[in-house]
Amino acid sequence: MTILLQTVDLRKQFGETRACDSVNFIVQQGEFLSLVGSNGAGKTTLVNLISAHLQPDSGKILFEGEDITFATVSERIKAGIARSFQIVNLFDGLTVFDNVALSIFSRQGKTARIVSLAKYDREVRDEAFEVLGQFGLRDKSEIDAGGLAQGERKLLDVAIAYALRPKLLFLDEPTSGVSTRDKAQIMDTVSNIVRAGTVTAVIIEHDMDVVFRYSDRIVMMHEGSFLADGTPNEIRANKDVANILLGAPLSA
Amino acid sequence: MKADALSVTYRSELGLVALAAAVFVALALLPPFIGLYQTQLLIYGLIAAIAALGFNLLLGYTGLLSFGHSAFFGIGAYTVAFLLRDLQIHSMEGYLALGLPIVALTSVLFGYICVRHTRIFFGILTLALSQVIYSLALKLFWVTGGTDGLRVARPSLFFGLISFTGAGSFQRFIETYYYYVLVLFAVCVIVMWVIVHSPFGKALQAIRDNETRAAFLGLRIRRFRLIAFTISGTFTGLAGILWAPLNGLATPDVLYWPFSGEIVFAALLGGFRSFAGPIVGGILFTYLKTYAVATTEYWQALLGTVLVLIVIVLPTGIVGALSRLATKSELKVKS
Repeated sequence: MTILLQTVDLRKQFGETRACDSVNFIVQQGEFLSLVGSNGAGKTTLVNLISAHLQPDSGKILFEGEDITFATVSERIKAGIARSFQIVNLFDGLTVFDNVALSIFSRQGKTARIVSLAKYDREVRDEAFEVLGQFGLRDKSEIDAGGLAQGERKLLDVAIAYALRPKLLFLDEPTSGVSTRDKAQIMDTVSNIVRAGTVTAVIIEHDMDVVFRYSDRIVMMHEGSFLADGTPNEIRANKDVANILLGAPLSA
Repeated sequence: MKADALSVTYRSELGLVALAAAVFVALALLPPFIGLYQTQLLIYGLIAAIAALGFNLLLGYTGLLSFGHSAFFGIGAYTVAFLLRDLQIHSMEGYLALGLPIVALTSVLFGYICVRHTRIFFGILTLALSQVIYSLALKLFWVTGGTDGLRVARPSLFFGLISFTGAGSFQRFIETYYYYVLVLFAVCVIVMWVIVHSPFGKALQAIRDNETRAAFLGLRIRRFRLIAFTISGTFTGLAGILWAPLNGLATPDVLYWPFSGEIVFAALLGGFRSFAGPIVGGILFTYLKTYAVATTEYWQALLGTVLVLIVIVLPTGIVGALSRLATKSELKVKS
């Protein structure tokens, strides 16, 4: 196993709240990792720090051994870190096709092209249709993203991030607010992509059924630090985890 | 299936090209039927359409409402007047060749300051900067002619090939200038259409819809906005350059903020959410204002009422409403 991402004593404080308290987080290449924990545990903050949505107070972030602590958003995307957001973030006025195509244009450095028609770029077009096919959205390609159903919106949200062809993909609650059937479709899709060996995925998730079913490893956060880290079976057996998930006080 | 999808798009575009060509031919055939005055009015309309088209790259496609586009229009117009007075340039091509870089440069400078902000802050900044230019034009009267403005003689066209002096020159100028402006208008429409359908144009729309997500595709938001601002200002500046010889006078009222409002009005009238909206809006607004002024002393009240009605009844503008009607009837035909 090789380490893809590592944080060293990463800290972020909001007023009195320690959202990230000396976090040493390691993501191995090719794994499917879930970040769990109650609301306010610091999961989203950690992802925001790694994706440059927030700047840390102190600590370091290493990606493939390179220090990226002060790298900009676009530098991190180039390096291979992509993310989706907790609340669906689409380009509602653009078609489903354009939403995905834009990721590909951006990745290929073609967004500065001003005198060529976007939809006649064969290379981008073929790839966009391939991604849409993987996410089951091919038939919807000409609809405005604003007109999709909630489950499809979630899928497209992931597809946009995936089309950047990241090495490391963060998905912040990819299944929140969708039906059980849509949940399975979204998670199967993501899982297939990871199993195909092209991308490492870290998801933030509250639905423990989903977490136990799909993850290789689970990391549990509580009040800004890691409480548990292990395989689904190890986590299942962990008393602290159970107590927090059931809302009981810590045994310590 | 991929090939199918592509051929469908080709076909729909063929229809679009055919429609645009038909409109162009109709416009080209119009002057003998409508007479001199209406031809002149239509030139004003086409120029307003170019201004609104440029403006709408910011509002409709980038999501930035500028209240300062009078600056670019006015700087275009005054540049022509200065080139004539100070450099004795009488050629329209000379005005374009020197005027366009000047309005582009002004747009970059304005844009550099304004795109650091969005929403109301952006709007206020554009308004403030444009009014700086306005007050300069007013106060530096020994340079700009103050409220009187500067006279602009009828220029020669096609590198001095055609000039307009002597008897009947006004009529000849209008008849020729109409086609001159019509061709430039067509070029502007094509260029703008390509821009908004390019990867760059899609990126602008993505920034409009969701700035945060666009940043997480690796798009450099501020740079894109600056380029959009520059293109937008340059289009509107071109309209000002074309306007000055037609009007015969560069006056400070085209630098004053109500003129920015008129450009906004034109875009809203036609519909800022559609490509053709500002074009239709620019032409219609010219007629609306001209007839409102001719009909009533209270023309501003009349225009104001129309604007309120549009915002309430036709929020997507005339083109938006028409295209919705067309889609509905299409669905009816199919079912």
